[in-house]
Amino acid sequence: MDKVKELLNKYKWLMAVVAGLLALSVFNPAQGKQATLYTLSNFKSVGMVLPPIFILIGLLDVWVPKETMVKFMGQRSGFVGGLIAVFIGAVGAGPLYVAFPIAALLIKKGARLAYVFLFLGAWTSVKLPIFMFEWASFGATFTLIHVVSSMTVYTLGAFFMEAFLSRETKDMIVERSQAM
Amino acid sequence: MFNGFLYAVVGVLLLLSALKDRKKTQMALKKAYKSLLKNLTMMATIMTLMGIVLTVVNPQFISQLFGAESGLYGIALGLGLGSVSFMPSFIAFPLGASLLESGAGYPQVAGFISSLMGVGFMSYSMESQYFGAKAAILRNGIALVASIVFVLVVGGVM
Repeated sequence: MDKVKELLNKYKWLMAVVAGLLALSVFNPAQGKQATLYTLSNFKSVGMVLPPIFILIGLLDVWVPKETMVKFMGQRSGFVGGLIAVFIGAVGAGPLYVAFPIAALLIKKGARLAYVFLFLGAWTSVKLPIFMFEWASFGATFTLIHVVSSMTVYTLGAFFMEAFLSRETKDMIVERSQAM
Repeated sequence: MFNGFLYAVVGVLLLLSALKDRKKTQMALKKAYKSLLKNLTMMATIMTLMGIVLTVVNPQFISQLFGAESGLYGIALGLGLGSVSFMPSFIAFPLGASLLESGAGYPQVAGFISSLMGVGFMSYSMESQYFGAKAAILRNGIALVASIVFVLVVGGVM
């Protein structure tokens, strides 16, 4: 019985959205079909990047010792740590939620929290494949302003978050990253 | 193209790893698989939800709502729509370009694109599982501030 409860709890949101999709298909077949197509295309494009990204997470987890991560992205890594955070964010592929497991790995290995938030900031604003596409769609001025203004706010924001979050919250974040 | 690059890099790393230490590589793959499974339920939920929302808040709907809107209302609309909706960039960027063509201004489109990429109502559930509610709300708030700053600079410069 508990097992059933556990399963229901784990899959409740997934079941809810799938039920929503089915309901839409019944009441409005055209929209239901469109939603199914969009969902499948999401699965296809995100599904393509998930295997390499998670293999990379696994490889980093076994090969990069904690000391190395602390040295390059830890509390005392300084400017280099920030630069590495931006670099990883910029070369990453996939939507924002793919970045969360990577962020957890960085935290688990001892990266400074501010740099992890900076990594997330870079992931949402200066991703290289998207950068080129943005340049082509909206021009150079627009894209460059986007990168410079976002990175400024995200850099300040990352340090602000680190200073603002309480000790307990930070401990909780580190603890959760161990279980990833 | 970029995916090909990603696969090539990870493939080479995996090969090097296997050559150096079989056992460690097996462990890495096991970890990758476990971690993927752990995240898959949440990700599948987000992807399905995204499909449904994109059907209702579709490019056509957004174009209609925007019209030739170029004032403050348009900026608020752009930021709001970008925060709630969630679409891949290969749909969002052409949509932004067509909004410009139909008369919306650069600041409005800037607000839409930037909040679309940074503010995630739909990925919030997953984000709060990793970072807790406080940090997740804070990060989304900062992403919204980043979008507003982007809008202001674009409005001033372009």
